[in-house]
Amino acid sequence: MRETAADAGPAAGEEPAQAAGRRAGAASGAGHERIAAAFAAAPGRAALMPYLMAGFPTREGARAIGRAYAEQGADLVELGLPFSDPLADGPVIHEAGTRALANGTTVADALALCEELAARMPVVVMGYLNLVLARGAEAFAATLVEAGASGLIVPDLPLEESDEVLGACDAAGLALVGLVAPTSSPERLRAIVQRARGFVYAVSVVGITGERTALAAHVGPLLERVKGCSPVPVALGFGISTPEQATAAAAAGAEGVIVASRLMREAGQAEDPGAAVGALVAGFRAALR
Amino acid sequence: MTVEAGVAHRFGPYGGQYVPETLMPALGELEAAWVAVGEDPGFQAELALLLRDYAGRPTPLYLAERLSEAAGREVWLKREDLMHTGSHKLNNALGQALLGRRMGKERIIAETGAGQHGVATATACALLGLECVVYMGEEDTRRQRPNVERMRLLGAEVRPVTVGARTLKEAVSEAIRDWVANVADTHYVIGSAVGPAPYPAMVRDLQRVIGDEARAQLLERAGALPDRVIACVGGGSNSIGTFTAFVGDPGVRLIGVEGAGEGLDGGRHGAPLTAGGRAGILHGSLSAVMQDDEGQITDAHSISAGLDYPGSGPEHAWLRDSGRAVYCAVHDDDAVAAFRRVTVLEGIVPALETAHALHHALAPDPGSSTRDLVCLSGRGDKDLAEVLARDA
Repeated sequence: MRETAADAGPAAGEEPAQAAGRRAGAASGAGHERIAAAFAAAPGRAALMPYLMAGFPTREGARAIGRAYAEQGADLVELGLPFSDPLADGPVIHEAGTRALANGTTVADALALCEELAARMPVVVMGYLNLVLARGAEAFAATLVEAGASGLIVPDLPLEESDEVLGACDAAGLALVGLVAPTSSPERLRAIVQRARGFVYAVSVVGITGERTALAAHVGPLLERVKGCSPVPVALGFGISTPEQATAAAAAGAEGVIVASRLMREAGQAEDPGAAVGALVAGFRAALR
Repeated sequence: MTVEAGVAHRFGPYGGQYVPETLMPALGELEAAWVAVGEDPGFQAELALLLRDYAGRPTPLYLAERLSEAAGREVWLKREDLMHTGSHKLNNALGQALLGRRMGKERIIAETGAGQHGVATATACALLGLECVVYMGEEDTRRQRPNVERMRLLGAEVRPVTVGARTLKEAVSEAIRDWVANVADTHYVIGSAVGPAPYPAMVRDLQRVIGDEARAQLLERAGALPDRVIACVGGGSNSIGTFTAFVGDPGVRLIGVEGAGEGLDGGRHGAPLTAGGRAGILHGSLSAVMQDDEGQITDAHSISAGLDYPGSGPEHAWLRDSGRAVYCAVHDDDAVAAFRRVTVLEGIVPALETAHALHHALAPDPGSSTRDLVCLSGRGDKDLAEVLARDA
């Protein structure tokens, strides 16, 4: 049943040499390579990376949403692990996590979903640090890789505290994604980017996750600063909630676009989450072509 | 007041800065500002003057004779309940509000559990003319209604938090989210010795006046140090503020009293230091926390809103591990009994939080203490409804 990351997704097999050539990163590892290939092979102006919360609205619903993402042309998927105290998240993602925990979703459930998704596209897991430490960084990274994950985003792990987790991820071949914010100084930004694996996650807003009416003016300069020193692609997230904003993000230089709250809001309301969220993703896909 | 040169980020393995990247520059700015005011006589003089003339420091040290008789040893109460606003919280709130103003922040946010820190922050903001928003769990707005009214009277906006257990943990999380979004013009006045560095060390330094005063007062009055120093621990600000002056006195036992709620066995408590277990990350630092095997933070429970918190200050976790302080927990029922007993014996209505420490002081001591110092961290008027409802 299980496929390995190397022979699984269509993205992995396409133009790997071109991907490597486009962005000669300092880091390596299977996860890093698969993410790089997915960015390189993205059909449009930027890779599309929709977010989904494991176990939300139900375990079956989350599975349907994941399938819809793959069918509607997502290039990668960000898989959220529900956490009790998600400091970086706004009300929609917080509520999604609360509901997932309430229906009994565990890390093991999320890993099972990860395995399913990883057969079709690279999976980047988003999990808060306490979930990582509960298993131990090494064991956590190894377990994720076993479940086919390519990357890991830890939103409450800043550069200064990241040595142990980065070491564990590198050893396991899991790409630890670096996060930069509009408030990051040029020096910090450079240091974060130089340690980033897979891609750099640029936080588009000064704030938490959630829908915004327009892309902030500082996004262009932020993306430019990252691209000026980054060996890996940069994806923009937090607050992108319409296809128009996705187009604007790509025009501003984003090489990837992450959409979360808009999709999870739909998933929480729709009778058929897979179909409803799939239709939205198709809209984002079209906007990025 | 003593401010260290540089600010501790770690206490043994505990502490750190586990926050979203957006906040990291703000923590750096805050630390730099805190170090700068430590060397600024003007700032220190302004704070000292306010603490004396506005807040009422030094607070008295009171030899509680009837309580002593009941306990079978001298019980000295450090009367933080006599501070303006009725608790030790103003020590920290005044210092941080002054610091926020100096950093050019026009907006102050805070979280509150029992409401005492919210009232203290709202008071400091009224005094300094700063905008103030206080996050408070909806459950706590019910338990501590008088403090909600006080904060609103003081001009603060109280935002009830309706997620999760609707108590202190969620209020801290909401305050941090607000700070992430408004970091340019906002200072977050955290109310306890928790959170990412530099907060735990900064709050300790602002609260250590409690123990510094009490130690000098006791030496003058009794001519000796106490055998035990006892204080309640929620996040741990009054306790760290009391302990710090005595950490270098090896003969003095330091005892932190947590809320055992309905008992440690069932998980319905607020005693992560006493319960032990794997350390975890909550609200930006590594410390003793209540969590399940997966790393999900579990809900605390205590009759006292100020102890109803699944985390603890990182320095306490280190004082515990290093053996310098010990931690124990007192049940809801025992705290209520101590609340009533101390009220009748001394004519002092203690906060329910403080009543946990008082219960421990009244209980037999296997170590044969002859002299206890108890931090009477706050007054209990706010708790009357909760206590009376429990008896009904």
